[in-house]
Amino acid sequence: MDISIVPILATITGSVTYVALFGALYFQVFLLITFIEKRKTFRAEEHFLDKRNSDKKLGISNESLDYPSATVIVPCFNEEKTVEGTIRSLLQLDYPKDKLKILIINDGSKDNTGKVIDTFSGNPQIEIYHKENGGKYTALNFGLSKTHTEIVGCLDADSYADSQALKIIASYFDDKSVMAVTPSVVINHSRNVLRQIQKAEYNLGIFVRKVLGMIDAIHVTPGPFSFFRREVFEIIGNYKHAHNTEDLEVAFRMQKHHMKIVNAHKAFVYTVGPNTVKKLYRQRVRWTSGFLANLVDYREMIFKKKYGDLGMLILPMTIFTIGTTLIVIGLSIINFVISLHKEFVKLESVGMQLKMPSFNFDWFFMNTSAIVIIALGLWLLTAAVIVSGQRIGTGKTRITIDVFYFLLLYSFIAPFWLIKSVYNTTFSKTAPWR
Amino acid sequence: MNNDQNPNPPHHTEPHQHVRAPFEWQKYLIAFLITATIFLSAVYFNNYFDNKRVENIKSIQDQISLDILSSETQFDLLKEATCKSVDDSVLSQELNTLASKLSYMEENDSTNTDLPQLKKYYSLLEIKDFLLMKQLGQRCPFKPVSILYFYSQKSDCPNCEKMAYVLTYLRQQYPEVRIYSFDYNLNLSAVDTMKKVYSLNDTELPAVIVGDNVYHGFISVDDMRKAVPELKSLDKKHAADAAAAAKEAAQQASSTQSTSQSSTSKNSTSNTNSTSTGSSN
Repeated sequence: MDISIVPILATITGSVTYVALFGALYFQVFLLITFIEKRKTFRAEEHFLDKRNSDKKLGISNESLDYPSATVIVPCFNEEKTVEGTIRSLLQLDYPKDKLKILIINDGSKDNTGKVIDTFSGNPQIEIYHKENGGKYTALNFGLSKTHTEIVGCLDADSYADSQALKIIASYFDDKSVMAVTPSVVINHSRNVLRQIQKAEYNLGIFVRKVLGMIDAIHVTPGPFSFFRREVFEIIGNYKHAHNTEDLEVAFRMQKHHMKIVNAHKAFVYTVGPNTVKKLYRQRVRWTSGFLANLVDYREMIFKKKYGDLGMLILPMTIFTIGTTLIVIGLSIINFVISLHKEFVKLESVGMQLKMPSFNFDWFFMNTSAIVIIALGLWLLTAAVIVSGQRIGTGKTRITIDVFYFLLLYSFIAPFWLIKSVYNTTFSKTAPWR
Repeated sequence: MNNDQNPNPPHHTEPHQHVRAPFEWQKYLIAFLITATIFLSAVYFNNYFDNKRVENIKSIQDQISLDILSSETQFDLLKEATCKSVDDSVLSQELNTLASKLSYMEENDSTNTDLPQLKKYYSLLEIKDFLLMKQLGQRCPFKPVSILYFYSQKSDCPNCEKMAYVLTYLRQQYPEVRIYSFDYNLNLSAVDTMKKVYSLNDTELPAVIVGDNVYHGFISVDDMRKAVPELKSLDKKHAADAAAAAKEAAQQASSTQSTSQSSTSKNSTSNTNSTSTGSSN
């Protein structure tokens, strides 16, 4: 190997890493100062939720008048094991019974899902439909055609809603300009390391989504328990296939129509995270590929001032992050090969050294390059954001082990689905619907 | 949208639309300034530590320079009087530390403007130490082992990297061997004179000099052992030292046990057993 290429490569790696770190740091700083800027609104929101809660206890409010009529659509496909729990969590929702309708759509399941849901057929709140398999978005659209309540939402048959979730979400619709409300999605059963990582990631998501809601930049209304005004679908049309990520596309479409989406951080919905790397990888490839494909479809929103921070920062930032991450990964691999080669030369020169050189600590040999210091800063900031997310959601400010798992391991597993997703988006022809 | 012909205001044309939070460039600027501040602080800390490293190397060099000057003076004062009094004190132990720190800088901070100057000073100290060792070897029974090594950091020396690994290994294995390394391309008259003395040229790098023999190209560890027969006797000495140290440790252990034995008379029988096994080890 020509030695002269090594310093050049090191310089390139260094520069790209600086650019990537600057972007990542900038994004986090932007989120944090936005949160600080809007903290008064946030406090007012918390106060409003508390007051509503205590009014109810004192019997001041008339519930049936206060809350909008709501429908929850549960699309299910081969979910015989989890669907019952999902339906029970809906029946246990603290919400006026005359105002809540539950639509269970069996999307041509091949297993016992149909039988399981039919056991609920006597319940006056529940309507059950069986249809030919057509994909999740067709089940959702079928549900939409059967309901005319003021608000409508969906709950995946592998998720469970907290009993207070719908009430909290519904109270956000008091503001007439609000067209959709997203919940705080929390990982259930987070005992294994992979789920611990996801727990921290979801806490990070709680903070990010809250702040994005403050600047009208939410670009995903998660499948589990996001709610919409019924009229949203009358104005912008029904769900679309949207590269298997209909919950992303509908948010993009709403943003394009300047519809307001906010986040109800106290409305919890529990979802079961994948417990194996393979399942997680598959889920993330679907999400990321879907996001990228939808981003390509809605590319005209990028760098458009009329879409506010979403167009000017959030969407461009995702492209920037993915791009720089891929380059840094590529360069890291090359540098890793070079250092392997170096070790090989060393081995070739002196053979196996059984005697390990004694380790005595000397700060002199510590890596104090600017990149390392910035990366450390970024880590600390990320940890702060995860803990903030946890605080916003549960009210607890505690640094738990999942934060460390996330910081240590996430950057090693995320590149895999990132690479695959970019590959998918680049080489497979995305089906345009327009 | 039905009133496309009215460009102002662009939003809020229908009841479901709302006015987005306006694009605030000030916030973007503030975020940029904060991020830039974090970056600049990191660069500042990096420079701070780099400077600390240079200072550290300079202070080691001062120490070595002082050691050498002191040894020379001692030598002049005593002449051949007592070789015994010099053999330990003259050996500046800092040269190996300095060597590893400078090579760390060569690898990780090669653009540091202080580096050539530091390397020049280091080369001078090496030559002085080398001459002192030679003098010592001539006048006293003490026989220091010295290896001179010339390398190049340019791409014209593919074997220099491998040779450096071998010498680093020897340095770790035999701390008493004095290995003096010189950057062939260092612009220093004293190094140029050394090159002339051993009639080296840049096409024959790496070059290793043991005694009066000059070797060119890569030399493996085994070949180095052949070229420097003293290494074998050092191996024996190390083995003997290790055995002696083990024996001493065993003795120390048994003596502490016997003191504890005398203080605790109750368990005397069991202690005797353990003492005997301890000493047999």
